[in-house]
Amino acid sequence: MSHPFPFRKVYGAATLIAVLTLFGLLSALLGDGVWDALSWITLTIPLAVIGWKCSRPSKTPSSRV
Amino acid sequence: MPPAAFIVCSLKRYRMVTIHNPISPKAVRAWYRVHKWSSLICAIFLLMACITGLPLVFHDEINAILQPHVAPASMPSEAPMANVDQMVSEAQARFPSLHPYDVYWDDDEPRVFVYMSPSDEPKNSDLRTMVFDAHTGKFLESPKLGGTVLTLIFRLHTELFLGLTGEVVMAVMALSFVLSLVSGTLVYGPFMRRLRFGTYRREAAPRTRWFDLHNLLGIVTLTWALVVGATGAMNTISTPLFAMWRSQTMPQILAPYQGKPMPRHFLSVDAAVKEVSVALPWAEQSAVLFPNAVLGSPRHYLVWNKGKTPITSRLLTPVLVDVETGRLTVSKGLPWYLRTLEVSRPLHFGDYGGMPLKIIWALFDLALIVVLLSGVYLWLSRHKAPVEKELDRLVRLEKLEAEQTPAAGVLAR
Repeated sequence: MSHPFPFRKVYGAATLIAVLTLFGLLSALLGDGVWDALSWITLTIPLAVIGWKCSRPSKTPSSRV
Repeated sequence: MPPAAFIVCSLKRYRMVTIHNPISPKAVRAWYRVHKWSSLICAIFLLMACITGLPLVFHDEINAILQPHVAPASMPSEAPMANVDQMVSEAQARFPSLHPYDVYWDDDEPRVFVYMSPSDEPKNSDLRTMVFDAHTGKFLESPKLGGTVLTLIFRLHTELFLGLTGEVVMAVMALSFVLSLVSGTLVYGPFMRRLRFGTYRREAAPRTRWFDLHNLLGIVTLTWALVVGATGAMNTISTPLFAMWRSQTMPQILAPYQGKPMPRHFLSVDAAVKEVSVALPWAEQSAVLFPNAVLGSPRHYLVWNKGKTPITSRLLTPVLVDVETGRLTVSKGLPWYLRTLEVSRPLHFGDYGGMPLKIIWALFDLALIVVLLSGVYLWLSRHKAPVEKELDRLVRLEKLEAEQTPAAGVLAR
C-alpha cells in the first residue's frame, strides 16, 4: 500500500481509448456526413490497437513501476 | 483561457496524477469475485446475444437479399403525396375480415405501409401488410411478415422465444454483463500494474496468452461493450416502460369521453395528418396508429412525429387526433426516460453510420466473443493457477523477464 498507484501507466491508454470510442459512438449519432467519417476513424483506432498489439513480437514488460 | 492552453494545462495536470492504490488487496479479491460470478451468470446468454447479434447488424442487407422489394417510381422528393385513405380502403377491400391497424411511412424510400390486423394487440404474424408508392398511390406488394430467419434470430436475441419472461431474463443478463464490465475494469488495474499496456506474450504458456488477450481486448472494447450492454438492457425493458407511460397518461385524456357513445363518423387519415403537420411545423409524420383500445386510444388516431435533424429524427412525439371532431391533443412529449431510450436505441444496433459503422460493430462484436471465451477458459483452467495468486505470480514473472531483457531484445530483432 506504500507504493503510489501508477494510474496513468495502468489506465492512461485505456482512458484515451475510452474517450475516442465515446466520441466515435456519439458523433455519428448526433451528426451526419463528416461526423460519420470521424466516427469511423475514431472507432477504428481501438480495433487497430488490438491488431497492432497482437501482431507485433512480444516485448518483455517494462520493469519500471 | 484559450482552448489550446486549456488542453496543454490539463495534460500537464494529468501527467502528475498519482493515486495511492485506491482499493485494498481485500477489496480487489472481492471485486474479482464479483467479476467472476457476474460474468459466469451471463456468459451463455452473452455468447448467444453476440452470435445472433452479428447477422442482426446487417439485417437491412440480408433482408434485401432474402426479400427483394418492389421499388417505388422514381420521383422528385417534393412531388405531391398520394391519398392515404385510398390506400387504406384498398387494403380493407383486400382483407375484409381485418381492420386497419397502422400506417407507416418508410424512412428510406417513398413507400407507405398499411398494416391490417384482426385485433388491437396483434402478434407480428397476425398482421397483413400492403405497401404503396407514396407519390403515385400505386399498390406495390403485400410482403409476408414474421416468417424470415432473421425474425427468429431477433426473437431469440431479445426474448429467447419466451415473450415478456424472456425479455426480463435478457434485461437481467445485460445488467449482469454491465456489472462484469465494471468489476473487470476495477480488477484490471491491480493485474496490469506491473505490465505494459497491451502486453501480449505470444510465446508464453496458453494460460498467460489467454490472460493477456482477455485483458487487452477487454479494456480496448470496454466503452463499446458498456454502451451496447446498457442500451441492450434499456431496449429489452422498453415495452413495459411504454406500457407504463400509456397507463399513466391515457386515463386523463380519455376521462372527458366517459359515457359518450363510440364514434360513428371517422375523420380521414389524410385530414388528421395534415392537421398535425400544421400544428407541428418542425416535424414530419412517421406513423399513424388507428383507434386502438390497448396500444393507443379507442377514440383517436395516434400520430407519431419525428424531427428533421439527425438527433431530433430519433425523438418521436405522439399527437392524438379525435377521430370525430379532429381536435388535437398534443402531449408534452415523452418523459425523459422514454426520450433517453429513443435516442440511445441506435447505439445498440450500430445502424446509424452507414456500412463502415456496421462493419466496425461486427468487429467489436467478434472481439467481445474472444473476451468472453478467453474469460471462460481462464475460469476452467483455474486449477493450474488460482487467480487469487495471480498477482504474486505476475510479480515473479515480471522480475524473471526483466532479467532476460537483453536476450529477448536480440530475439525480437
